[in-house]
Amino acid sequence: MADIHKLAQMLKELDDQLVGCMRCGMCQAVCPIFKLSGKETDVTRGKLALLDGLASEMLTDPEGVNEKLNRCLLCGTCQANCPSGVSVMDIFLKARAIMTGYFGLSPAKKAIFRGLLKNPKLFNALTEMGAKFQGIFTKKVDDMLGSSCARFNAPIIADRHFNTLASKPFRKIVPEMDTPAGSSGLRVAFYVGCVIDKIYPQVGEAILKVLKHHGVGVYMPSGQACCGIPVLSSGDTSTFDTLVGMNVDILKEGEFDYLVTGCASCTSTIKELWPHMYKGDSSRTYDIGVLARKTMDISQFLVDVLKVEPKELAGGRSVTYHDPCHLKNSLGITAQPRTLIKAAGCDFKEMTDAGTCCGCGGSFNIAHYELSREIGSRKADNIIASKAKVAATSCPACMLQITDMLSQKGADMSVRHVIELYADSL
Amino acid sequence: MTKEAIIKEFETIAGAENVMTGETDRHAYSYDAAVLDSVMPALVVRPRTSEVLGAVTKLCNDNGLPLTVRGAGTNLSGGTIPHPGGVVVLTNGLNRILEINEADMYAVVEPGVVTAQFAAEVAKRGLFYPPDPGSQAVSTLGGNVAENAGGLRGLKYGVTKDYVMGMDFWDVNGELVKTGSRTVKCVTGYNLAGLMVASEGTLGVFDKIILKLVPPAQAAKSMMAVFPSMKAASETVASIIANKIVPATLEMMDNFTIRTVENFRGAGLPVDAAALLLIEVDGHPGQVADEAAVVERICKENGATELHVAKDAAERDAVWQARRDALPALANLKPTCVLEDATVPRSKIPAMIEALEEIAKKLDLTIGTFGHAGDGNLHPTILTDKRNKEEWERVEKGIDMIFDKALSMGGTLSGEHGIGLAKSKYLAQETSKATLAYARRMKSVLDPKGILNPDKIVGAE
Ligand SMILES: Cc1cc2nc3c(=O)[nH]c(=O)nc-3n(C[C@H](O)[C@H](O)[C@H](O)COP(=O)(O)OP(=O)(O)OC[C@H]3O[C@@H](n4cnc5c(N)ncnc54)[C@H](O)[C@@H]3O)c2cc1C
Ligand code: SF4
Ligand code: SF4
Ligand code: SF4
Repeated sequence: MADIHKLAQMLKELDDQLVGCMRCGMCQAVCPIFKLSGKETDVTRGKLALLDGLASEMLTDPEGVNEKLNRCLLCGTCQANCPSGVSVMDIFLKARAIMTGYFGLSPAKKAIFRGLLKNPKLFNALTEMGAKFQGIFTKKVDDMLGSSCARFNAPIIADRHFNTLASKPFRKIVPEMDTPAGSSGLRVAFYVGCVIDKIYPQVGEAILKVLKHHGVGVYMPSGQACCGIPVLSSGDTSTFDTLVGMNVDILKEGEFDYLVTGCASCTSTIKELWPHMYKGDSSRTYDIGVLARKTMDISQFLVDVLKVEPKELAGGRSVTYHDPCHLKNSLGITAQPRTLIKAAGCDFKEMTDAGTCCGCGGSFNIAHYELSREIGSRKADNIIASKAKVAATSCPACMLQITDMLSQKGADMSVRHVIELYADSL
Repeated sequence: MTKEAIIKEFETIAGAENVMTGETDRHAYSYDAAVLDSVMPALVVRPRTSEVLGAVTKLCNDNGLPLTVRGAGTNLSGGTIPHPGGVVVLTNGLNRILEINEADMYAVVEPGVVTAQFAAEVAKRGLFYPPDPGSQAVSTLGGNVAENAGGLRGLKYGVTKDYVMGMDFWDVNGELVKTGSRTVKCVTGYNLAGLMVASEGTLGVFDKIILKLVPPAQAAKSMMAVFPSMKAASETVASIIANKIVPATLEMMDNFTIRTVENFRGAGLPVDAAALLLIEVDGHPGQVADEAAVVERICKENGATELHVAKDAAERDAVWQARRDALPALANLKPTCVLEDATVPRSKIPAMIEALEEIAKKLDLTIGTFGHAGDGNLHPTILTDKRNKEEWERVEKGIDMIFDKALSMGGTLSGEHGIGLAKSKYLAQETSKATLAYARRMKSVLDPKGILNPDKIVGAE
């Protein structure tokens, strides 16, 4: 471990960004963690002050700061509402990287990130085994997956109501694809993402069905790796660089107009974090920029590009919609998924606080399950109060969390991805 | 008592989970929204009941521990920067609305209730709580009372003090003092509730607060008027009032602020305009129509080059969005943003604006000015980078000059942000030596050990 003076020097890098916080405290109004605890260390202003205190060597307890820093969903709500325009997510991710550099990655994370995620084949093989044996060896699989991928909050706590690994992952159903543009004249690359692959293959199938229906050609190479958000939020920038590199190298081989995903986290990671946080081989910089510009959430693609419109006569199943943080806060996408729900002929019911975080926050859910559950429980109450029959969203990670929460309350509802609803209507 | 023994006592009284002693926790309560150096407290405690709040106060006094009450910590004058080695008492665990009485139009709240949440609860019951500081989404009612916070509606509806009917507060001995009542009229004893308003935690620790509610206006109309000079805009303000119209809001922005807001949101503000007035009249629909017509006429007579009247709620919101954007937009420009609130009599606004421009030029500072033109409460906002020592010295000089100017015009140091640590040195300048001595004498009797938010307002002796 480097000495604390060295840590302070490293954190000085953030100084120019940290001074942007005028300590107005307005983030207290929006931070889901602060809402629960009322503690200043749980809100952005406090966390930024802690980093500042460490950088200026006013503080002597980096462990303490690190612990407080990790009590955060990285939901981006504070940044989206900060009057001073502080790049909070950027600061937090960089700070986590610096902290990880200082403390080192935990042995478990090291084994998983570097051993597994960097090696999708092995990762896939193991999760497949996990899927087969999860009834018998639950514990073992859980430990592995529980911390393996941030979005992958497979069961590590007994009373969680989790979605099990799919018996047949998406990449076994459709290993790869390369079809020409149809009537739309467009071709898209489809980035699957781990949660869709391993837990919700039906979402991947729905996306392909919809693309086919609209005459869109698909480039979907095999060997896609994780988008890298889980490793980045643990501060493991070197694994992040490797994962981005692996993805870019296979994606750039194809020719396509847009890159679509069905995962809000993947979309915002590719669009914002790939270009911004990648520090690997600079020969990839150009391709990363091109990919980032082409990347779109699937509902955004359908509504903005293909001009899918809401049906006049809705009246089908009643559906409410939860805004995933990574779509709403990072990319400002809120209208298109709602339009898609209406285009599916569903009866749309807006819930209270549709735009507040569901409490999943990737590995946050694992490290701070109680907090995560309290936040999620409020989300579930709002969903139930909407009196809809279906809770829809645009992020498979949110689907996991919402399923857990609704199920714990014994709610008689299903949780679907908006694209599934639309695919059903075709 | 040893430090450990005192901590144990706090834990016994408040519950161990509500006492924070770790370095990181203490650091997170070492600052507030003012641009001042932070100071670490020795301990932070978060009472969850009134009784605990009282007991904590007594414990601090018994041990001679400096005590700083903290609501949301959004004040802009250093009021919640703790005394070295002192105790921070957080009120955000005391956040229950105890009663909203529709028949008698009042409410009883705990001090940690968030202003906007309270206003929303009140509105649900068809009533209105007008004070709306820009920080209302997070500020607490206790903090509002302690700072006598105001807002955009101050001109017509008054500020926090106009809504405090009574309160219970803890004295330093942990005894509960009751003052005011649930009745509109009350002259029982000294007006101690009045004394508590704007006391910034230096005279007592507020517990329950009784707040007046009013019926909401039935209709409102908002407009935006564009002026070729600040002078024309401020003369319009004077003329509106002289015509016996009191708008609910009457806000002003200078050219620098207009351009910054436009860059920030791109909502189509006239970037060439020297000044903008944002005006809202409200009341009975008939009255609103009449008053809006008169305001329109006055604006035109005073040379308004453009006038937009909001046609619907969305347009009305756009008008207010422009005003709400002023601070964020300015804050985005530079790392440090010093928001002052020197206030002058309305008629002196043009002179004050001119003085601000001169100060900016003379000291080579960037100052954007917006504010509550209707009540003379301007917010000259100095944009700087605190790390630039040389510039920061000029900023401090600029602040001195702003206050000198405001006071020379019969104005005041603070329209709404309070004195705290930031402005205590100017207090005698606005009032008198005798005033300061009187205030200190009073405090020394009510707080003989000087534990209640030491140094704030009356300064260090
Ligand atoms: C972006 C922004 C906009 C703002 N806009 C406005 C505005 O429009 N108008 C305005 O007036 N102010 C404004 N302010 C200043 C500030 O928000 C107000 O002064 C507000 O009233 C402070 O409330 P608080 O709960 O944050 O109190 P704090 O900052 O926590 O405390 C303020 C003072 O009150 C004392 N105090 C708090 N609770 C108690 C209690 N229970 N008993 C005794 N003393 C107590 C504290 O000791 C301290 O001295 C703004 C601030 C910001 C950052
Ligand atoms: S809202 Fe932004 S500027 Fe204000 S305290 Fe939070 S992070 Fe800092
Ligand atoms: S990212 Fe979300 S959880 Fe983290 S500080 Fe911001 S609002 Fe709070
Ligand atoms: S959603 Fe992105 S981060 Fe999450 S598991 Fe999938 S690829 Fe990895």
